Amino acid sequence: MSATAVAPRLHGLGPRRITVLLALVAAVLAAIVLSITIGSKSVPLPDVWHALTAPTGTENDIVIRSLRLPRTALGVLAGVALGVAGALMQGHTRNPLADPGLLGVTQGAAFAMVSSIILLGASSLLAYIWFGLAGALVASVAVFALGMVGGRGGPTPVTLALAGTAVSALLYALTSAIVLLDEQAMDVFRFWQAGSIAARGADVVWQVLPFILAGLVLAMLNAPGLNALSLGEDVARSLGQNIPRTRAVGVAAVTLLSGAAVAACGSLAFVGLIVPHLARSLSGTDHRWLLPYSGLVGAALLLLADVIGRVVAPPGELEVGVVLALLGAPFFVALVRRRKPVRL
Amino acid sequence: MRLKAAGVKLGYGERLVVDGLDLGIEAGTVTTIIGPNGCGKSTLLRALGRLLKPQGGEVLLDGKRIDRIPTREVAKILGVLPQAPTAPEGLTVADLVARGRHPHQTWYRHWSSDDEGAVASALDMTGLADLAERPLDELSGGQRQRAWISMALAQGTDLLLLDEPTTFLDLAHQVEVLELVRHLHRQAGRTVVMVLHDLNLAARYADRLVAMRAGKVIAAGTPHEVLTEELLREVFDLDAKVIEDPVAGTPLVVPIGPRSHSAAPPA
Amino acid sequence: MSTLALRVGGMSWRVRPRALAVSLTGLVVLALLMALSMRLGELRMSLADVVAGTFDADSPAHFVIMELRLPRALTGALVGAALALSGAIIQSIARNPLASPEILGVTTGASVTVVAGVVASGSVYGGTSGLLATLGIPALALLGGLIGAAVVYGLAWRRGLDGYRLVLVGIGVAAVFTNIKFWLLTVGDVNDTGRAMVWISGSLNGRGWEHVTPTALALVVLVPLTLLGTRSLDALRFGDDTIAALGVRTNVARALMILAAVLLAAVATASAGPIAFVALSSPQIALRLTRSAQPPLLCSAVVGAVLTSAADLIARTAFSPLELPVGIVTAVLGAPYLIHLIWRSRK
Repeated sequence: MSATAVAPRLHGLGPRRITVLLALVAAVLAAIVLSITIGSKSVPLPDVWHALTAPTGTENDIVIRSLRLPRTALGVLAGVALGVAGALMQGHTRNPLADPGLLGVTQGAAFAMVSSIILLGASSLLAYIWFGLAGALVASVAVFALGMVGGRGGPTPVTLALAGTAVSALLYALTSAIVLLDEQAMDVFRFWQAGSIAARGADVVWQVLPFILAGLVLAMLNAPGLNALSLGEDVARSLGQNIPRTRAVGVAAVTLLSGAAVAACGSLAFVGLIVPHLARSLSGTDHRWLLPYSGLVGAALLLLADVIGRVVAPPGELEVGVVLALLGAPFFVALVRRRKPVRL
Repeated sequence: MRLKAAGVKLGYGERLVVDGLDLGIEAGTVTTIIGPNGCGKSTLLRALGRLLKPQGGEVLLDGKRIDRIPTREVAKILGVLPQAPTAPEGLTVADLVARGRHPHQTWYRHWSSDDEGAVASALDMTGLADLAERPLDELSGGQRQRAWISMALAQGTDLLLLDEPTTFLDLAHQVEVLELVRHLHRQAGRTVVMVLHDLNLAARYADRLVAMRAGKVIAAGTPHEVLTEELLREVFDLDAKVIEDPVAGTPLVVPIGPRSHSAAPPA
Repeated sequence: MSTLALRVGGMSWRVRPRALAVSLTGLVVLALLMALSMRLGELRMSLADVVAGTFDADSPAHFVIMELRLPRALTGALVGAALALSGAIIQSIARNPLASPEILGVTTGASVTVVAGVVASGSVYGGTSGLLATLGIPALALLGGLIGAAVVYGLAWRRGLDGYRLVLVGIGVAAVFTNIKFWLLTVGDVNDTGRAMVWISGSLNGRGWEHVTPTALALVVLVPLTLLGTRSLDALRFGDDTIAALGVRTNVARALMILAAVLLAAVATASAGPIAFVALSSPQIALRLTRSAQPPLLCSAVVGAVLTSAADLIARTAFSPLELPVGIVTAVLGAPYLIHLIWRSRK
């Protein structure tokens, strides 16, 4: 094979990768359509169109615009955010067990939320979300600072992972203590823990959107650096990569993405654990592809799980996190069994 | 003088491996560092490639302090291949080599024609064009090492630092890799600094040898100047005969045994 | 000197003085904690009272010591040791400091069956039926733990056990179990949820001799077995390739070690619930204290026992008469200490 014959493949823009990307986009679009039309009240497609383009205040219009749309939007946002955050986290730690909650984000959000209930008497969803976001940010910064202390050249993955686990365990313990003492906190906490994108209005979507967008930008900027890092720190440095800065950008992206998602939708961190493994089997190890694939797989899966949760146990609903685990995990296990897993 | 170490103190944590060492690398030469295990030769190479920050002294690249030059700029001048690097499973040769273009890429320029040309010629030069699509972990040790060197080549630097590029390779593959290094040097006038264990191969493929022991440079010069029976005793505690390599005319070390106790005390 | 050789007759062991020192110090601390936890509580006792209570059946303190405090303290120490040992084995095999019995499906499986039991029969557990409370829950937990482990083990087995595949399958299965648990918690009455939360957090409240005996038995049988396996643990590696190269016996050894880890975690969880963080942190603490490359098994067990005993002492006495689940305190104690060790090792 001559050099020119190799060249097209070298672009990283092989036709297969584009095809997969388009297929994933199509899957997300299909999931969006399903999520808007299906529910305890089924809305025919013409009515959906009517509600989207020229709402006149019919019952279907209200269901679509005030319930289904925000719910769907939040599902897409959270799915993308957690998928991308998970892929970043596993890339930085080179550990398949790493999830976006590893930096203490999930437990930081939970702790701040239940504290706000018992200390400040917070009782509205928007307030919980602001506190959750703040808690996620603080916890993650604390973990990163802890990993930084005393070390030259930034925290190592192992220190980061262990520090994150330790801080998470501490916060989880404190949260448990609080909810055991306070029934209202317990009631909020148990539903938050199961994870849901239901019953959140458009204001919640607007509340978390800027954080998630900022996180996505940072994540894509981080992709080439992660590729370099996956060859080991020495090689990355010899390729001119500033490692502490790469890690800091990665941590910032994970914090923004998973902090926003978790604060709005509850502890869905394991979406970020499983989705990157699924995406990696499609993309291989190139983070410039792995990150978008993870985001799209996350969004499609989260929406699909949510739709199934709406119809599977009428008249009630199953929380999306529960459905996602019940659906996604067996699929994931089957995948792991069928082929040799792509190692980090 | 392309690369220079001036009074560098190197170590990990509180343990100093190298305490005050001077070394200069001339442009367009192949320099090989030899010495017993743990003498600090890899540490020195890491410092020359700014992978390890000296605790004292300085490393100069083209006359400027290397730690004052942005790391990405350094990466366009100097490539380092660490000892036994690892890649994620499933990475293909082409992907690995393409990652060598990292320092030349920005967020708005992901894959220029320069990148493409550099990768293609790096693959050609290392004879890997036919294996470009194969995953790295399916290759033989020699092929894999060539792929890593190919990545360093794609980086497009005229200074290359290689840390034991022949470890884990059989003799034939060692020669294959070193022939490639010589080819790079002769074709493109690259400056190469290597750490090698095999003294005979070091003598054959280097313009200059640097012999180290316990963090100090004991001798530096042409292979003929450095590889003497006296030096082998002093640096390696080895009694050996040095004869002429019948193929290349370079010194050839034939070991006799560990240094006998009657010999001169260590320096 | 980093190792000493100990030879008796034809037998010889290698002993690392640092590991020995850490283990012995740990045992001394453990003894002090035990003595303290005999004395402290709603009824404070002098050391003389404790001694009298222990050996004199007619002493007024006899019931408190022999029926309440001693079995509870012993359960705590034994359960902590078992969990830590289990964690050390798994971390060695998976070569991953984040691995814990959770990825073997034991603790999550047990949580599902217990929460299901509590939610289904709500008032029975907290109320009159003492039999179900003492026997029902541990039996449910043991059952759930073993089922969980069997699922993970079965799904991960494919012409042998690949460490990496085991970890990934473990993640998947744990996600299912954990979310079933979350869902069950949202289904039940909020009071039952609270009660289930106490168990999920791990508690030693009201543990008696019936909890000491099975845990002690498990440790007596399994500790020597795992120590025999230590040598093969050093040789154990990740991939199928290496296993093939090392021969089938390594594979069998690894399968047996994992089985031992499962049993240790299952018995411990049945006795005290999935006490958080002990299995994950104790091996990491021991590893840093002994400055070894792999989690040292025996030392981890000692650290686990100390951590759990200290946590229970605090859980029982700090907010008396209110009692915290021990699992909350293990994390509050263990996490900062581990953080401190990480911090110190970075300097």
